[in-house]
Amino acid sequence: MGRRRTTFGRIIRTGFVYFIRNAWLAVAAMATMIITLTIILFSLIVNATFSNQVEQITSKIDISVYLKDGVTSAQAKSFVAAIEKLPNVEDVTYLDKSAALRVFITQNANNDKLLAAINETDNPLPATIKIKPRDLNKMNEIRSLVTKPQWQKLQSDPISDSGERRATIDKITHATNILQRAGIIAVGIFALISVLIIFNTIQMAIFNRRDELQIMRLLGASTGYIRAPFVVETIIYGVLSAIISVLIINALFITASSSLQATSFGLLDISYSQLYFQEHYWRLLLMQLTLGILIGAASSVIATQRYLKFKTPKK
Amino acid sequence: MILLDRVTKTYNKNLGAALNRISLHVEPKEFVIVVGQSGAGKSTLLKLLTREERPTSGKIIVGGIDYDKLPDKDIPLLRRKIGVVFQDFKLLPNRTVFENVAFALEIVGVSTKEINNTVPRVLEIVNLKDKAKRMPVELSGGERQRVAIARAIVRQPKILIADEPTGNLDPKHAWDVINVLEKINRYGTTVLLTTHNQDIVNKLKRRVITITNGEIASDRASAQYTEKTPIPRERM
Repeated sequence: MGRRRTTFGRIIRTGFVYFIRNAWLAVAAMATMIITLTIILFSLIVNATFSNQVEQITSKIDISVYLKDGVTSAQAKSFVAAIEKLPNVEDVTYLDKSAALRVFITQNANNDKLLAAINETDNPLPATIKIKPRDLNKMNEIRSLVTKPQWQKLQSDPISDSGERRATIDKITHATNILQRAGIIAVGIFALISVLIIFNTIQMAIFNRRDELQIMRLLGASTGYIRAPFVVETIIYGVLSAIISVLIINALFITASSSLQATSFGLLDISYSQLYFQEHYWRLLLMQLTLGILIGAASSVIATQRYLKFKTPKK
Repeated sequence: MILLDRVTKTYNKNLGAALNRISLHVEPKEFVIVVGQSGAGKSTLLKLLTREERPTSGKIIVGGIDYDKLPDKDIPLLRRKIGVVFQDFKLLPNRTVFENVAFALEIVGVSTKEINNTVPRVLEIVNLKDKAKRMPVELSGGERQRVAIARAIVRQPKILIADEPTGNLDPKHAWDVINVLEKINRYGTTVLLTTHNQDIVNKLKRRVITITNGEIASDRASAQYTEKTPIPRERM
């Protein structure tokens, strides 16, 4: 046991010694890791922000069904019940005529003329069923139900989701779909490029020291004993790079909000980004650490492999 | 201790064999000098013994280990039994003199206390005690050579292979090194020494094996080295 502990201690210590004695190599390798990890983190936050914006837009979209004045509340209730059964329905609200009027008045509180005109007449608004869909891509299911003849005959006007409004909603749906997909693809591509760059950097760093590996091999050191300090060294790179990348993003937000007084940058809602970053601070840090450690360790294991092989007989 | 049976090594078929059907037997505790011109096959012979290279054909048994039956994972165990002084030293560039010597002990799991005890004593033997904290780049060729020797003997191996350990040394230091090798040999280590130095060969009066063009040209006890001494290649 004592011997094993001695060996373990030596490996860790040697890893740190390598890190210090190869300071310049470490700085070069870490610079690459920091930049790539920062890009991953940044693209992740941007993606989360865009997703949030998309959600904000789409959450405002609903379908209104207008009922004829003669429809009884029992009929309306069974209609609502039928809609609620649909899997894509998030929420259904039934507004009778007076409720619809109240909503209308609050929505147009600033428009005095309109309110005056409304007061002149009887309540002109139809009872309304508001349907909030779960997924904008599956609106057809709701459309086809409400346009069935049995329900169609209860309705005074075409549903809100028709004509120009429908075309607009379709466009928004389409655009948000593309935006979300593009975000995920972008994060994926950045992550992949980062992994390749980091791997390459570590590979070069170890290539520079291949003689060392081969000498240790000749002296009879086991594979694990040669490799482990290199892995420890690259894990140190990973940990430091991850921490620094999070600090860089942190500094960016501080600069953006304090000195530039900016709340958005183009389409990007910076205040939400910052909120997201602060709320998920520890999770993002943990993710960066995991990423840095895993990529670093895996790269050094793979990169050392080639110099630790024994010559096998040629057949 | 060392047994080679009709060993042939061919690197490239077009260039012919580097070693051609060499058979050799070295007894335990023997001190053997291998001579031969550059390119004669001395280094190939040593590389085969450390299992750096594999023979194209033939059998090698060292210290009871049959190389044909040695799985790759046990090669480190074999190398720990053999001390090697490489012609190009092969010191670890990122480690001090002390750490270079200590490394040979670290890999076999020797305790730190024991390392701190043993390494200075060995450095004293090779006269480098005051340079323990230097890095290899700060040393002269001769000093590096002595670090390499210290590292090879610190584990007190059963077999010591020294590939031209006097190549870069002036006569005085060369004899210091030879004296260390003789001392180790007296303590029971089998020594295999390659050299170009006629003076050393003649004064040592040990078994001399001459390799020419990959074959053993002569194998004589206490031989005089009469060939014209070839000029050794410059080594860094």
